[in-house]
Amino acid sequence: MLCEAGLMTQAADAIEINPARPRTRARRAQVTSPPLPLVAAALFAAALVLSPILFTVIQATGVSAQDAVELLFRSIVGRLLVNTITLIVAASVTTAIIGAATAWLVERTDLPGRKVWAVLAVAPLAIPPFVSSFAWVSLSDALQDFAGALLVVTCAYYPLVYLPVAAALRGLDPALEETARSLGQTSWGCFFRVVLPQLRPALYGGMLLVALKTLSEFGAFALLRFQTFTTELFAQFRTGFDGPDLSLLAVVLLLLCIACLIGEMKVRGRGRYARVGAGTRRNSRLAPLGWTRWPVLIAFVALTLATVGTPVGMVCYWLTQHASAATSRAAPSLPRLFDATLASVGYGLAGAAAAVLLAAPLGYLTTRYPSRWTVLLERIAYLAQGVPSIVVALALISITVDWLLPLYQSAMLLVIAYGILFLPYALVSVRAAMAQVPRGLEESARSLGLGWFAILCRVLAPLTGPGLGAGAAMVFVFVSTELTSTLLLGPLGTRTLATEVWSNTCSLAFAAAAPFEAVMLLLSLLSAWLLASRSGAAAFERQQ
Amino acid sequence: MADLRITALTKTFGGTTILRGVDLFVPSGSLVTILGVSGSGKTTLLRLLSGFERADSGSIEIEGREVSGKSVHVRPERRRVGYVAQEGLLFPHLTVGENVVFGLPSRDRRDRARAEALIESVGLPASYMTRAPQELSGGEQQRVALARALAPAPKLVLLDEPFSALDAALRLETRQAVAAALAAAGATALLVTHDQSEALSMGIEVAVLRDGVLAQVAPPEELYRRPVDAPLAQFVGEAVLLPGTASGGFVACALGRLPLARAGAAGPVEVMVRPEQIRFGPSDRIGAVKAKVREITYFGHDASAQMSLEGDEMQVRVRVAGHMAPKPGTVAWLSVEDVVMAYPSHNALVPLPPESGTLMQRSISPQPSERVL
Repeated sequence: MLCEAGLMTQAADAIEINPARPRTRARRAQVTSPPLPLVAAALFAAALVLSPILFTVIQATGVSAQDAVELLFRSIVGRLLVNTITLIVAASVTTAIIGAATAWLVERTDLPGRKVWAVLAVAPLAIPPFVSSFAWVSLSDALQDFAGALLVVTCAYYPLVYLPVAAALRGLDPALEETARSLGQTSWGCFFRVVLPQLRPALYGGMLLVALKTLSEFGAFALLRFQTFTTELFAQFRTGFDGPDLSLLAVVLLLLCIACLIGEMKVRGRGRYARVGAGTRRNSRLAPLGWTRWPVLIAFVALTLATVGTPVGMVCYWLTQHASAATSRAAPSLPRLFDATLASVGYGLAGAAAAVLLAAPLGYLTTRYPSRWTVLLERIAYLAQGVPSIVVALALISITVDWLLPLYQSAMLLVIAYGILFLPYALVSVRAAMAQVPRGLEESARSLGLGWFAILCRVLAPLTGPGLGAGAAMVFVFVSTELTSTLLLGPLGTRTLATEVWSNTCSLAFAAAAPFEAVMLLLSLLSAWLLASRSGAAAFERQQ
Repeated sequence: MADLRITALTKTFGGTTILRGVDLFVPSGSLVTILGVSGSGKTTLLRLLSGFERADSGSIEIEGREVSGKSVHVRPERRRVGYVAQEGLLFPHLTVGENVVFGLPSRDRRDRARAEALIESVGLPASYMTRAPQELSGGEQQRVALARALAPAPKLVLLDEPFSALDAALRLETRQAVAAALAAAGATALLVTHDQSEALSMGIEVAVLRDGVLAQVAPPEELYRRPVDAPLAQFVGEAVLLPGTASGGFVACALGRLPLARAGAAGPVEVMVRPEQIRFGPSDRIGAVKAKVREITYFGHDASAQMSLEGDEMQVRVRVAGHMAPKPGTVAWLSVEDVVMAYPSHNALVPLPPESGTLMQRSISPQPSERVL
């Protein structure tokens, strides 16, 4: 969840650093060819990301045209499309309105407590959507289906709009607005003709990201009994295993996701150019809210209650309740909590290591030897961001069942899946860390007589270590709260925090689920803190 | 320290030939500067020497041992060639002291006295040991980078425009400190620069790299006073170029009959006179030419006078000491001191019409007076 925020800020950092490098260096970098083991490792990472996607597509093409038509033009597919698309459209609109409004209020008005609201506005990113789902479901049965799904998605994802719009507002040069005013525009005219057009890339980018996350979310919708492609894929997989049929559905989902991803990349690229040079800029004048500050404050409190208050509050409530208060009377058990925490932490560590190990050679290759091919490899790795974990998991199951049976239902396969899914986040960290090590430093070390291994230990590791560590910590938290692929790929009897929450909530044993939720929330808040202390701190400081 | 021999070195990058046969010998313990405009291949040459790039052909020998040749390519870390980059490039995660001893074997790295001695060898106080590189000025960082490069006692030290990132005041001071440290270490060193005054003042020999070959390798004074051709003369410093006719060790031109630095030329030539060779006097002297000041460009320590010669429509630029700068319109007598160079005029300059200005072109150097010889 938090990953998107991190990915966006860090990707921007990484890209801003690049053009500053002298041209001669780029030319040099192109002519020296990278060492073969490095290329092999990077190719392996890219192939790993590509394999589930390709497998899904190839398997889907195994369906004959007639069958495909029959399979796709069913009422269930129609219902799924309608469900998914209406939810995406509705969620994009609600998150856009809430995200943009909060961003403008926090950045451009004299709202009391702006600094606090700025932090609370991004806090929902630290709460996995299926945890808020649990909260709403356990609060009331009425909040199910479309209304519940829209509520949960809006609460969970509006920061994805808030963050880029707030950043864009901060980046806008007030001199432009002043120029518009001096050219005779009213303040409204100025907003619609100067401010809004410049916010558009950030707004659209955020909305597409919301759409992408909504498409690939599984746990939240399953708990709310709202049917989307992901829940249907899961249900079909559980009821009867039918490869091509499943693949066809997965391909439809994949196409929707990749369309969102490409759209998001395009919009984000444009947004970057739209930003004017980052010199010292005067702070914009804050618009006075007057008496409207009171309703605005009430709205902010209500928003915070809905997004952060409900999940945290419900977990606390169920922690204090006796098991019998819930529909199902299962009681929380301490040994199981301990085991689940241990399993989550173990998988988290393994997943973080896998992601960083896959990302390191790729990141090194693309920063040190930039060329068309290395850029392509990197793009492939970022593709993983747009592939729902359920698609990756189902493809990996089919691949292992068909060709690599020993890997099927092994912890190893689950760790590989984590590596694929979280590779983009690790890669962004590697790139950002590598950007801080000029190529010349390595050359200096070589001229002082160090071989490649000594350079790795004495130059690269200490310099990139903190950045890689933070990236790994971030991946650790995502993995330890990951539900979908853990559920599908975990060895029999795998019990992590997320799967415990899942199974207990499914059986309506809310009190039993609560302790697992509490530990998970703590882990997620850790990630929020990590991000804020690393890349977020600068952004927060700049605000005032 | 060891000598360096480069023979017929070539390098091509993606179809562009950067070096087309470079030959150079650097005697043990001496500092040779390589002067060239940006893009002339200076940095490429250093990268071939340090082993970061591989030469297409030719050979590099250090202390008589081939490190780069037909089937030889010694890896950078095995060459014992120290490298000081333009930006200094100290390791940001280490203190100054740790940076300096970086290239030493691990047991020597713990020797505090050694690190202190190294820091002091470049003229910095030993108290800098515990500082972070970021706390140092640009010039100090360069000096630490040099100390770091010298620490493992390399056979050869390469300096890639080490002063270009520094401002003028710091540059002079750092230059002196670096020259002193190199001399004290008795290092064989190659310094690359695009700054003429830096090349002339630091090297015992200056090699001018032009279009991928060394156009001239000579001691600074020889290079400045007897450049091998007119374009080189203009590159190394300001030059007044005039058409003339040479015979019997003299050349006749608009500035009179002048003695040649090298006898032997005959027939139509291009005469090269340094502006500071032209004396500016109030009265007639033997062989002096009357001229009128057209324009004065005042620099402070000196001034550059644009003068038109009487009778002839030719214009020359003359260097005058700052306190003696004349007013435009002043009539004066010009005479030339010392010998001049003459180049065969197969590419002779056609005298330009007077309105279009002078035959002389301004050199690239922004600080004409630093070029003291």
